[in-house]
Amino acid sequence: MQRVTRDALVKKATELLSAGTVDRVLGWRAGEFSYDVTPYVFSNAEALEKDFVFDDFCGANFSKYLIKECGKSEGKVLVFLKPCDTYSFNQLQTEHRFDREKVYAVGIPCEGMVDITKIREKAEGISSVEVEDSGYVVKTLYDGDVKLTAEEALAERCLSCKSKKHVAYDELLGEEGEVLDSNRFSEVEKLEAMTPDERFAFWKGELSRCIRCNACRDVCPACSCEKCVFDNPKSGVENKAIADSFEEKMFHIIRAFHVAGRCTDCGECSRVCPQNIPLHLLNRKFIKDINGFYGEYQAGEEVGSRAPLVNYTTEDLEPSEAVGKGDGENA
Amino acid sequence: MSMNEFKPKIVAFCCNWCSYAGADLAGNNRLNYPADVKIIRVPCSCRVNPMFILRAFQKGADGVIICGCHPGDCHYTSGNYYTRRRMALLFSMLDYLGIERERTRLEWVSAAEGAKFSQTMNEFVEAVTALGENKRLEDLRCKE
Repeated sequence: MQRVTRDALVKKATELLSAGTVDRVLGWRAGEFSYDVTPYVFSNAEALEKDFVFDDFCGANFSKYLIKECGKSEGKVLVFLKPCDTYSFNQLQTEHRFDREKVYAVGIPCEGMVDITKIREKAEGISSVEVEDSGYVVKTLYDGDVKLTAEEALAERCLSCKSKKHVAYDELLGEEGEVLDSNRFSEVEKLEAMTPDERFAFWKGELSRCIRCNACRDVCPACSCEKCVFDNPKSGVENKAIADSFEEKMFHIIRAFHVAGRCTDCGECSRVCPQNIPLHLLNRKFIKDINGFYGEYQAGEEVGSRAPLVNYTTEDLEPSEAVGKGDGENA
Repeated sequence: MSMNEFKPKIVAFCCNWCSYAGADLAGNNRLNYPADVKIIRVPCSCRVNPMFILRAFQKGADGVIICGCHPGDCHYTSGNYYTRRRMALLFSMLDYLGIERERTRLEWVSAAEGAKFSQTMNEFVEAVTALGENKRLEDLRCKE
């Protein structure tokens, strides 16, 4: 259950529109079902009143939309940012990807967003999901109502939320949150504890499901290059029929590497993956390594901070010190 | 017997200003290193994109070694410091995906270290030979 209501957001947006502070609003609109909420640009109060939604299904991170949206008119765009979105917002600003002057950012508190695939695992034939104070009531076509606790329905990234604090905003609705002491690396640690054979089997199982739809890349706020290395027809990873498992490994290793040090761990990659591949575990591995090797670093915490991979010290660990040489233990 | 017959394909990315000259020196001094090592000359070890490494494995390499100038000695002042960070993270990621740690290595070899070059390559080839063929990062379509 979210602490700010949809009506409070519509009221704020309408005020700012009528005052002329902004000329459009980046918000969420209901999709075909109540649970497939989609990003939308509203330009007047009527549209806001009619279509704007805000509930536990509004997981989308709007930061990346600002890159294109900022250039579209002279006026400002209003954007609603959840705490985790503000990290991406800062990171994109650090990379000079949008004009801060053209954005009016309203921070909104977040109590965690629902992962519809988790609900689908528990309830078949969902017709609607009702949000209650203590959990969710899923109305289904065949099995009647299914009650779920917050834990059962919330996205993994929200259960291990790293911060309720907004690191950037022009205006804040609700109260300032705190950076949380999250256990977000526990899954990574579990994998690290496995043998190389088990890890290989795990990732082969996960990555071989990849259909190369590029959704993870397209939604990722860190993947904002105008031209992507994977758009090169010569890159050899654009084939439709996956003839070999190499391509997925190549794509996902390189993608994770390209965002390493800039990834804010917003978890959008895993949210949009139609094959439910836990892609955030690749990014979190890099974040965990960076924290371990080069000191704690949270991308997007402040504007202008230097990402660890475009930085160095003369005392850095050698790869053999950091990850060992192997010494035959994998053989 | 069959293990002894296995000859690994090794790709060595060598910095033009140090290791590449180091390889030359090893040759001049008649120091042996296995012919399985194929050297690719790069202007600096930091020219090595992680994609090059994966690509080498895709096309059939069994091991990839990157050789650069000792920290502090980079021809371009700081290139090898970036290499060091990148490779630490990349090697860790490959390990995380269950790919044998011994297949990738980063070494600092100066132009004066012909002996070190030869010794490093011998050691590396030995380690990769013990591992056997690269199966986890191969691309069947690139097989002959």
